[in-house]
Amino acid sequence: MTERMTGAQALVRALEQVGVDTVFGIPGGAILPAYDPLFDSERVRHILVRHEQGAGHAAQGYAQATGKVGVCMATSGPGATNLVTPIADAYMDSVPIVAITGQVTSAAIGTDAFQEADISGITMPITKHNFLVTDPADIGRTIAEAFHIASTGRPGPVLVDIAKDALQNQVDFVWPQPMQLPGYRPVIRPHAKQVREAARLITAASRPVLYVGGGVLKAHAAGELRTLAELTGAPVVTTLMAKGALPDSHPLHMGMPGMHGSVGAVGALQRSDLVIALGARFDDRVTGRLDTFASHAKIVHADIDPAEISKNRHADVPIVGDCKDVLTDLIVAVRNEHEAGRKGDYDDWWRQLGAWRETYPLGYEQPSDGSLSPQYTIERIGKIAGPDALYVAGVGQHQMWTAQFIGYEQPGSFINSGGLGTMGFAVPAAMGAKRGRPDTTVWAIDGDGCFQMTNQELATCAIEGIPIKVAVINNGNLGMVRQWQTLFYNERYSNTDLQSRRIPDFVKLAEAYGCAGLRCDNAADVDATIAKAMEINDVPVVIDFVVHQDAMVWPMVAAGTGNDEIKIARDMAPDWENRD
Amino acid sequence: MSRHTLSVLVENKPGILARVAALFSRRGFNIDSLAVGTTEHPDISRMTIVVNVEDRPLEQVTKQLNKLINVLKIVELDPVASVQREMVLIKVRADHETRSQVLETVQLFRAKVVDVATDAVTVEATGSKDKLEALIRVLEPFGIKELVQSGMVAIGRGTRSITDRSLRAIERSA
Repeated sequence: MTERMTGAQALVRALEQVGVDTVFGIPGGAILPAYDPLFDSERVRHILVRHEQGAGHAAQGYAQATGKVGVCMATSGPGATNLVTPIADAYMDSVPIVAITGQVTSAAIGTDAFQEADISGITMPITKHNFLVTDPADIGRTIAEAFHIASTGRPGPVLVDIAKDALQNQVDFVWPQPMQLPGYRPVIRPHAKQVREAARLITAASRPVLYVGGGVLKAHAAGELRTLAELTGAPVVTTLMAKGALPDSHPLHMGMPGMHGSVGAVGALQRSDLVIALGARFDDRVTGRLDTFASHAKIVHADIDPAEISKNRHADVPIVGDCKDVLTDLIVAVRNEHEAGRKGDYDDWWRQLGAWRETYPLGYEQPSDGSLSPQYTIERIGKIAGPDALYVAGVGQHQMWTAQFIGYEQPGSFINSGGLGTMGFAVPAAMGAKRGRPDTTVWAIDGDGCFQMTNQELATCAIEGIPIKVAVINNGNLGMVRQWQTLFYNERYSNTDLQSRRIPDFVKLAEAYGCAGLRCDNAADVDATIAKAMEINDVPVVIDFVVHQDAMVWPMVAAGTGNDEIKIARDMAPDWENRD
Repeated sequence: MSRHTLSVLVENKPGILARVAALFSRRGFNIDSLAVGTTEHPDISRMTIVVNVEDRPLEQVTKQLNKLINVLKIVELDPVASVQREMVLIKVRADHETRSQVLETVQLFRAKVVDVATDAVTVEATGSKDKLEALIRVLEPFGIKELVQSGMVAIGRGTRSITDRSLRAIERSA
């Protein structure tokens, strides 16, 4: 297919050809030529957001909810720099997005022209790859390559910066476009010998644990994970990025490891003799002090990115490959071990794990002054909205409680900003998720601090018909920072009191944005308020849950300490040797 | 810490030098020397990078480099199994009293004089790092007015070529 058209038309055609149905963005000078043919596209719907950061997070939410590549678009200079945070976020959490930015004309590049920023230079360390296109003949191929790179191997963000004249000039549009990526060959199939060695170690171990990260969800390998777990009988821990990879209710599931993980999950890793890491990257929030992390364990590390293996912790058995392939092969290899009469005996291990799980379940105390418990509120949302809903969190205390108390039964039912920890992620990401899965109930569980960073996208949701539900867990403070001030800074609350129980009025704010606004400040009304929100499906709903300001996230491993130092409450450590 | 010589074959695309350099600085590695130029294939450039790191960080930097989309291949060159050369241009003071001594030194090192002025000569020398350091030491007392050094370039000994397979990959994708 060859057709004469402008570079801008070629861009829109290429986006249609790679299957894009939604673009989140804001036009401006340099990208303006692209918006003209976009106006006519019957296959690509553009959602006009209120801030480019919202476009980027929406693309992330869309990508994580659908498994497809999310797309955002912005103009040069400030439009492009406003995308930097979501791009960095997508890079840290391996989310496939393509960001398309306008650039000043190729003749003006480098002259500090109006709204010029070197966005390809700026995003070099936070993209999987980026392109600067100055020739309209390169637009089609570059879009094909960008989507291929973003969605294959270890997924990630790709930025395509296009000079304004490349959009304006004429070109012969050709499709399909052969890609020219000789240096890009992700390894998908794992090495058979390494897989056999891993299976041998699993059956020989007495205290193994499957340490599951976001890579398992990205590989759509939840089914294989469950098969392997049940086949071996080994305990499973799922990281913040892997919630839902194994149902929280599954008997082999020990919970989330890490700084705010369950005692059972942290203990399982610390005392194990074999850690099988699957699509996880030994992040510092999981390992605590690295030299005291799982110090008696051998490590099997499977990841699609070879650079993750042995980056933080030496891998005894490195396996490079897609988690779905790795797990599929591992299941066969473990079955072979079993048939040869070699089967792991983890009975003693499970007695220990069971004791931890029973003695130190996740929990919380109701505030003594009768005010509303944030954990209770979040737990009730999980119960009432159920496992079929999709939950999107911001960053902070409410994010940890959302990880702990919702109860995830399905892969991909929790979306959050893990690696970068971007406050303000929830509302725009929920908007993107809801646009990608309009028939799913999408709850943004947000903090009052986070909510005030990006709530302008409520206008987008209301106007574009994207009825998300937002629960603002309003403790009036930057709660997680306040918690650290309580624990480590002598309760000196420097600049964490937002006074957001007074200003702004979130109910009025919601109404001003064309959303339904509800408020709840006591436990007795929680269920009815959530139920009311569940009934409103024509407009977005915001609930201002006014909660206790001194609630803390437990358990906690203080930053810089080892996981063995985990506390279940202030100054309270678990008794590791307790076996009953 | 030990010195390692990496030969990195890259697609000859704008920005690739910035990508490689940025990767080293972001991951906290120092580059001792860097030389870039095209190869026998115009679409492939070759970087010779000398780094001073422990083995494990070296493995990490190699893996991170391999993740760059425009990087085709990375080979660590063993100093014993490769030829490694640097080049230096030295403008050294040489008046009528010292000129003959300077020229003698230049000959001893099989270097050559590429420019002569009334009170200075410019010397060109290639060789291993050790040889060039020795030359500079010996010329120092005469008075070095200006000095410029290239990065190291290196190539494996024997008949095998590291570019063959990358060339085929480029041709396949074109």
